[in-house]
Amino acid sequence: MLTATNTDEGFVVFDRVQKSYDGNALVVKDLNLDIAKGEFLTMLGPSGSGKTTCLMMLAGFETATHGDIRLGGQPINNIPPHKRGIGMVFQNYALFPHMTVGENLAFPLEVRKMGKSERDEKVKRALDMVQMGEFAGRRPAQLSGGQQQRIALSRALVFEPQLVLMDEPLGALDKQLRERMQYEIKHLHERLGVTVVYVTHDQSEALTMSDRVAVFEDGRIQQLSSPDDLYERPENSFVAQFIGENNKLSGMVTGIKSGVAEVTLDNGSKVSALAVNCEQGSRSTLSIRPERVTLGGPKNKNTTEAEVLELIYLGDHIRCRMNVHGNEEFVVKVANSAGHTHLKAGEKTKVSWLAEDCRALDA
Amino acid sequence: MTDTSAPIVTADGTPLKKKLDQAMFRSRRNAFLLVAPLLAFIIASFIIPIVVLLTQGVYDSSFRKQMPTVATFVADWDGQGEPSEEMMQAALTDIVVGLTIDRSIPTKAAVRINREVSGATSMIKKLIRATGKWKIEYEGKEQRLSDVFRNMEDEDDSGVTLLDESERRAIGVTLAKAVIAQEAPVKAKMIKADKKWADIKYWQAMKVASKAASPAYLAAALDYNYSHDGEFQQRDEDRRIHVKLFWRTLEISLIVTLACLFLGYPIAYLLSTLSVRSSNLLLILVLLPFWTSLLVRTTAWIAMLQAQGVMNDLFVVFGLAADDDRFSLIYNKTGTLIAMTHILLPFMILPLYSVMKTIPPSYVRAAKSMGATNWTAFWRVYFPQSVAGIGAGALLVFILAIGYYITPALVGGQDGQMISNMIDFHMRKSLNWNLAAALGMVLLVFVLFLFWIYDRVVGIDNMKLG
Amino acid sequence: MKLKALLLTAAATSIAATASADITVVSWGGAYTKSQVEAYHKPYAAKTGTKIISEDYNGGLAEIKSQVEAGNVTWDIVDVEMSDAVAGCDQGLLERIDPSILPAGADGTAAADDFIPGTILDCAVANIVWSTVFAYDSTKMANAPKTIADFFDTSGFPGKRGLRKSAKANLEMALAADGVATADIYDVLETPEGVDRAFAKLDTIKGDVVWWEAGAQPPQLLADGEVAMTTAYNGRIFNAVASEDKPFEIVWDAQILDFDLWVIPKGAKNKDAAMDFLAFSTATEQLAAQASWISYGPARKSSAPLVGNYATKPDLAMGPQMPTSADNMATAIVNDFEFWADNGDELNERFNAWLAK
Ligand SMILES: Nc1ncnc2c1ncn2[C@@H]1O[C@H](COP(=O)(O)OP(=O)(O)OP(=O)(O)O)[C@@H](O)[C@H]1O
Ligand SMILES: [Mg+2]
Repeated sequence: MLTATNTDEGFVVFDRVQKSYDGNALVVKDLNLDIAKGEFLTMLGPSGSGKTTCLMMLAGFETATHGDIRLGGQPINNIPPHKRGIGMVFQNYALFPHMTVGENLAFPLEVRKMGKSERDEKVKRALDMVQMGEFAGRRPAQLSGGQQQRIALSRALVFEPQLVLMDEPLGALDKQLRERMQYEIKHLHERLGVTVVYVTHDQSEALTMSDRVAVFEDGRIQQLSSPDDLYERPENSFVAQFIGENNKLSGMVTGIKSGVAEVTLDNGSKVSALAVNCEQGSRSTLSIRPERVTLGGPKNKNTTEAEVLELIYLGDHIRCRMNVHGNEEFVVKVANSAGHTHLKAGEKTKVSWLAEDCRALDA
Repeated sequence: MTDTSAPIVTADGTPLKKKLDQAMFRSRRNAFLLVAPLLAFIIASFIIPIVVLLTQGVYDSSFRKQMPTVATFVADWDGQGEPSEEMMQAALTDIVVGLTIDRSIPTKAAVRINREVSGATSMIKKLIRATGKWKIEYEGKEQRLSDVFRNMEDEDDSGVTLLDESERRAIGVTLAKAVIAQEAPVKAKMIKADKKWADIKYWQAMKVASKAASPAYLAAALDYNYSHDGEFQQRDEDRRIHVKLFWRTLEISLIVTLACLFLGYPIAYLLSTLSVRSSNLLLILVLLPFWTSLLVRTTAWIAMLQAQGVMNDLFVVFGLAADDDRFSLIYNKTGTLIAMTHILLPFMILPLYSVMKTIPPSYVRAAKSMGATNWTAFWRVYFPQSVAGIGAGALLVFILAIGYYITPALVGGQDGQMISNMIDFHMRKSLNWNLAAALGMVLLVFVLFLFWIYDRVVGIDNMKLG
Repeated sequence: MKLKALLLTAAATSIAATASADITVVSWGGAYTKSQVEAYHKPYAAKTGTKIISEDYNGGLAEIKSQVEAGNVTWDIVDVEMSDAVAGCDQGLLERIDPSILPAGADGTAAADDFIPGTILDCAVANIVWSTVFAYDSTKMANAPKTIADFFDTSGFPGKRGLRKSAKANLEMALAADGVATADIYDVLETPEGVDRAFAKLDTIKGDVVWWEAGAQPPQLLADGEVAMTTAYNGRIFNAVASEDKPFEIVWDAQILDFDLWVIPKGAKNKDAAMDFLAFSTATEQLAAQASWISYGPARKSSAPLVGNYATKPDLAMGPQMPTSADNMATAIVNDFEFWADNGDELNERFNAWLAK
């Protein structure tokens, strides 16, 4: 087959991919995604948003209903899974229970008809890579969750695939171990330079590990960008809400001037916000991160009355829930720094934020 | 820090170990109490009857009780030479006493001897008929012996015999003495009644029968004769049947097990991959054989498999068989194999299915992602994990197959019979329960042996029934 | 005086109780049980008010033995084959029957002379004579077999043969086909050479045999075209012909006559009522009545003249259908139960070994 190989095209390409299991509903809707070689890309999204489905289509266990998936410029729709050369880490690790750790690792090498000495050498190296050298003779059931995870990881890497897919690999671990493994995976990625497509619904995991994050919702990518952009510059209200903590205010855009939108809130008051994703005369949702709100502060256009409803002491900061513009869930983070303002529940105060920290997004 | 060598104690000072034992004892006792009713039920309704039945295969004291004088005599007899007058008198005594107590006692003994040598039944019956005509002085008048015996069973109005057993036994002993005193020497008379009395082999048979605990039936179950001098000889070629049937049972059971495995494995796999709804539907189809009566099934098999049946008609239509030379699919081993595979298939599918259902698809996917072809992924990864189900299913099917008898009896013809058909024959037709028990015992030992091998090779804990 | 009256009333009530007790009558089922229900049960119930519970079984003594040995006998009277009647009596499983309870024949003959000789045993009284015959489908046989030798001649009369899976009857028929006179059959079979000879004859057709076990099978095998000829119980073939209009023909040559008898298991709960039923049902009229429902011959000679026509086909005379009719008796072999009591174990064993070979 002759396809014009686009040189600036990414290593993995989803080109207008759609997927339906039952012929009624689309689980993946018009997915376009370019993944560069060596990139660590994370698919993040709520449960049921189609992340695993995308991964399975890439691995070859599901076929796309419509569209192309290309790997290294070649369409792979008709290549069976075992010829795709993609390493994979499953959520439950899928370590073969009837084989020892060593045999598990040797399996992909064996099916590639690799000689025994070379095989042993590679298995040993792969185990050392995850500090599991002594465990080659054990059965998976005799390992802890974290150990199993590492074996699954090294098994997916041992045959040196160029692309590794990981479907919520840390989902079953406790918080501490999860954080440690996040770093280990990240370091391995940096060291080996493989391309990783990673699936998770834990946003902090996505933010710490990835080069880029694709936020999925309802079978669509809502935003694809670097972790800091995702947090600081969400492009729509779903992303703003899904990533990190967020305060929402909704109202009507009455005018947009040089990138700043005038918004009349539902209680009648007016605020100005960065016009990101809104049109004059339509409704908009304003998004303000809690840490960008200041108490009292310089009087500007966005200064307003607030009533303290609840205070939660969190050590390094204090979460303060207030009623702002009629929104009783409005949260402000007050740093626990020397000489910070002491508030009491029921107290009335003023809060303010900069127009560029308040993003006017879609309704 | 406490001294580590001192026993650890609980808060109230009792040693920890003792306390733990107490706690364990309580939970063990509770567990025992929970299973006790079932245990009692199983012991009473299953284990005891089986043990009682099986002992009949090696222990049969009936002859000693029916012909005690003969039994004592032949115990010390060397089994050689002509039957003597003394032996004849012993037999006559036992028969007269037996008839006095209950007229079926000597014939019962005859049935036992007849199992060793044909002809003993008529030998004893002819003697009974002959002696019945002898006259004897009893209760002051001359009577025929047969009338004396009949009157022993006279009953009162409420159906209770007038004389109880010990009274009758006492009368019998006196009567026997009188008969012998009157008729001696009896040897010639007995031989005249039936010439078989002169034949030494019947006396040797009585010697065999007189041993209560004896391997005679076990020997018969293995096609051997246990002779009066304690030796085993293989039976005549044309009477050897059991060993051949044991092998055939093994062969049929193995073939059926393999056939069930080959047919059931793909179905179980399919079931395990389908949605719950469709797998339930399929499961109903799989279980259908359980819900139809044996009669309906048999009729269906006959309609399908007989020479003029559906299968053969199809073969003829497709030119696979000539119309006048159709396949014999029923009333032979083929019929037994087909029918038993059909009936036992669910016992293979269900354990396989229940194991396969628990194998997540991610294993095979993982294998494929690592470069394994479909076959390698199946053989190296899926299959080993389904072995537990194969073990359970195969063992279940095999053990059920070994004991099958109704199906082979109906569709097995002459070469599709199994050892259980023989056991059934001796239970229901020949009434030789002792031999049936001995056959059952051999079968049981055989199955336990296979179980042991299975445990050594596969491991019994490697089995998952569901 | 008072005591005696009391005892008398007690006895009277107990007799009344036994007379009206339900009795359980066990037989072979199907058309055969139906013939007994029509000829024995209904008239007996009408006469005495006794309720009769009819149960089916498959023959053999196993159930009786289990019941007797367990001391819980639920069957009161059972219809058994001759060999089982003898074996059951030998093994003490059956009640002895006092022949004086049997009524004289309708023509006044004493019971002992009226019954066919050898059919009143210590523990059993015969009701019918049946026979093992061979039969064929007349629409499928170009030339009709006439003798037992034809049955064993698979080149002259090609096709499969149906035989009962047991030594009994087969060995006798094999010898008859081999030219042994019917009167000498058991003398020959008594010798080892005779047994060899019978098995050798069976060997000649072994490859063509379909073995049957239940009496219902042979007519079915014939109807399905599975066999060209089959041995069968004569009543089963008759029924297929008379009530299902099957084109079957019976060959009476070398038919093996056998008897079915009533026996009462030892310790039967309603022994007296069972005895009464036994005497009633083996009376001349009852036996004759049964013969109009099924083609088995009455065990009493006095019944023969009373045998009428087939109950559901009034123009079909039953007389010639009886195994005991003079024409059919010419070459009949009467089953020698004493021979089988002696040699059954050994011959069955050998037969089973021969089958498995
Ligand atoms: N085999 C299947 N057949 C039918 N529908 C399916 C199948 N697998 C997934 N779906 C549906 O497709 C949608 C997306 O599923 P998918 O597994 O891709 O979600 P996900 O984003 O991985 O969710 P999670 O975070 O919970 O793993 C869901 O609505 C799911 O119900
Ligand atoms: Mg998922």
